[in-house]
Amino acid sequence: MSHGIVQLAYLVATVLFIFALHWMNTPDTARKAVYSGVVAMSIAIIATWAQPEVVHHGWIVLAIIAGFVVGVPLSRVPLTAVPQRTALSHAFGGLAAGLVGTAKYYLWASEGPENLTAFRMVAIIVEVLLGYLTFTGSLMAAGKLQEIKWIPQRPVTYPMQNLTNLGLLVVALLAGTALVLHPAAAWGPALFPVIIALALVFGVLLIIPIGGADMPTVIAILNSYAGLSAVAMGFVLDNKLLITAGALDGSSGLILAIIMCRAMNRSFTNVLFGAFGQAKQVTAGGDQKAYKSETIEGGAQVLEQANLVVIVPGYGMAVAQAQHKVRELYDQLKKRGVTVKFAIHPVAGRMPGHMNVLLAEANIPYTDLVEMDEINPEMPQCDVALVVGANDVVNPAARTDKNSPIFGMPIIDADRARTVFAIKRSKNPGFAGIDNELYFSEKTWMLFGDAKNVVGDLVKQLSGGGVH
Amino acid sequence: MTEPLDFWSMLFVFVLASFIGVGVVRRVSRLLHTPLMSITNAISAIAVVGSIIVTGADYPRGIRIMGAIALFASMTNIVSGFLITDRMLKMFKSERRPGADGGS
Repeated sequence: MSHGIVQLAYLVATVLFIFALHWMNTPDTARKAVYSGVVAMSIAIIATWAQPEVVHHGWIVLAIIAGFVVGVPLSRVPLTAVPQRTALSHAFGGLAAGLVGTAKYYLWASEGPENLTAFRMVAIIVEVLLGYLTFTGSLMAAGKLQEIKWIPQRPVTYPMQNLTNLGLLVVALLAGTALVLHPAAAWGPALFPVIIALALVFGVLLIIPIGGADMPTVIAILNSYAGLSAVAMGFVLDNKLLITAGALDGSSGLILAIIMCRAMNRSFTNVLFGAFGQAKQVTAGGDQKAYKSETIEGGAQVLEQANLVVIVPGYGMAVAQAQHKVRELYDQLKKRGVTVKFAIHPVAGRMPGHMNVLLAEANIPYTDLVEMDEINPEMPQCDVALVVGANDVVNPAARTDKNSPIFGMPIIDADRARTVFAIKRSKNPGFAGIDNELYFSEKTWMLFGDAKNVVGDLVKQLSGGGVH
Repeated sequence: MTEPLDFWSMLFVFVLASFIGVGVVRRVSRLLHTPLMSITNAISAIAVVGSIIVTGADYPRGIRIMGAIALFASMTNIVSGFLITDRMLKMFKSERRPGADGGS
């Protein structure tokens, strides 16, 4: 295929990728986005494969088949596991970029040192550093999300951690600079693996101090890195399609990371270097305030008489697998003419937008999933706020308590509703719940028990069966 | 040497594409941020283009092995990324489907 036709194909693919992202702006057009993306990718693959320099086809076919064999099962994971799948795919993206950069470097170092211009060398170093650090960093993130035993869930910190990480990065950059200045040096191929090793180690060290609460931000940042490593590959290979598609991914990851940071009132640097989440000490002690608990019968009665019920779901709902019972409750209340809405905090769940997907799977219409900024003005008119498996995102301490680790974080104003029902697993204080003043508020009533059972019992009560 | 020109034109492409990306992604519904991330995963697997060349060209065996692994990794992202995006998007409905009542 001639150069011109290949470039034209790449241009068409670029336009289709942009349309794909454009069509993601509403759920109505979003499925077109997928078709557009698939067509664009197919065009890009065929145009590349048809180039005259591609002379061996066996391995290409094998690798593509293997990609299908692994990719299809990976697309069928339960939706609670989507964050780890996403992290894993960032790892694959980083690995691909790192390997192509490595391959190109060794190819040119042995067969055409004149190709290793300073500019190309910079691009290779950036590609390889970003690629391999995204690879191990994302594997660590996936491991933490999957709760693999030997990967510590808690943030791991040690003295001079940031200094160590920074030092490592500086060494890698120095080695990179040496290669840029002497791209064709005889010691180059020996130094290159050192850069790879440093990038691999750096990726691990970057993620181990980060706690579970920050995973949504970290996934978004790694998403951005995976995109940028593709951009760097484009610079290495002189390929504008790689640059544009990589830039689209890079900017998407960046925007999501910014949204996540804002939703937690934290900065990038604070997420990456702050080791958040482990500082939360048990503040129990002095005043042991009492919960007021409510029975299922009483709870059902109040819900049934409400005009507007706002359900505030958190990841705890998904852990308890309660979303389908929540949907049944939604149905029961709707049947009685109660308006039911879901208040979605941007960091509810374990990745951006996770809660929406979990509720959509439970067949709740997306028109009733309302984001925080839109639901908050309605909260004073809300008769009952039902908190299911959420905690930090409804904690009024974010507004009032300057010493709270979540101070300044925007929250869903559940405390402004007329009545609050909070489902909580046990009466035992001292767990994370102790921090949340909302539970001790005079308008809050606790429903103790497993989220799935409690919501299930409410449904039974409402449907007239009673609780036995 | 034409290299500085190439470099600058590539940098232009990168910066302009980033602005388009920011402009388009900012308008994406917050409901769809998870599918957005899976579809951009698939799109950034455009690294497949580089991998195909490295795997299929007349290069030494070791180089081509690296290319083949990269190709496998990219292809996995393309397949799983697009499939899971579509699977999630199918779940977003504005109304309850009639007859799809009850989970039991």
